Amino acid sequence: MRRWAVVAAFLIVAGGLLLGGARMRPFGAPRYDLMDRYFNARSQAEVATNNVVTAIVFDYRGYDTLGEATVLFTAVVGVALILRRLKR
Amino acid sequence: MSVVVKTIARILLPVILVFGGYVILHGHLTPGGGFQGGAVAASAVALLLVAFGPGSVKKLKAPFSILEDLGGVAFVLLGFLGIGTTFFFNLLAGSGGLFGAAAPIGPNPGVLNTGGTVPLMNWAVGFKVLGGLGAVMVLFGLFGGDDDR
Repeated sequence: MRRWAVVAAFLIVAGGLLLGGARMRPFGAPRYDLMDRYFNARSQAEVATNNVVTAIVFDYRGYDTLGEATVLFTAVVGVALILRRLKR
Repeated sequence: MSVVVKTIARILLPVILVFGGYVILHGHLTPGGGFQGGAVAASAVALLLVAFGPGSVKKLKAPFSILEDLGGVAFVLLGFLGIGTTFFFNLLAGSGGLFGAAAPIGPNPGVLNTGGTVPLMNWAVGFKVLGGLGAVMVLFGLFGGDDDR
């Protein structure tokens, strides 16, 4: 009984993945590429950087990077808090 | 660790630090940036910790903490620099000053003096990541005791 349930779950998940894979769009051809084309065309003129990824991370989506930096800071504070030596 | 590891570490440490600085400095031209370069430079701290033991990095704890704080503050201040338009507006790009040259449009090998606030933010985040990861590794090293295995 339990074995059949496992086999059925496997078949359902595998079938779903295969179905999704068969319907997948070709690599590098997203359905909506408006922002992609915008960034590729404008980043050199607006941010003056050759690296489009850096232009997005530090300029267009700078607020997101601030959050990432905050995550790092929180992680460091957490480690420092857990591994501190207690003064007696 | 053995003398072989220590010797190789002595040779590799400056190379790793220089490479981390290169990745940060060229973050707006080549793949990489502040996070990646800071992580590369922090791996030098890991090498130091593994090769020479926790005693060698003990004194680096306070400088790393200060470095992380300064990096974070510098990053937020650079974000506030463009507050006249929006938060994180790139005020220095194309202004002609520091990192203010206009980038050539189209494929080009890259001009270092471009990017406006982006290279400065790369340095801030790079120092922040170096300080943060370095402080974490120093703390882990010190927590394990002072045995030099």
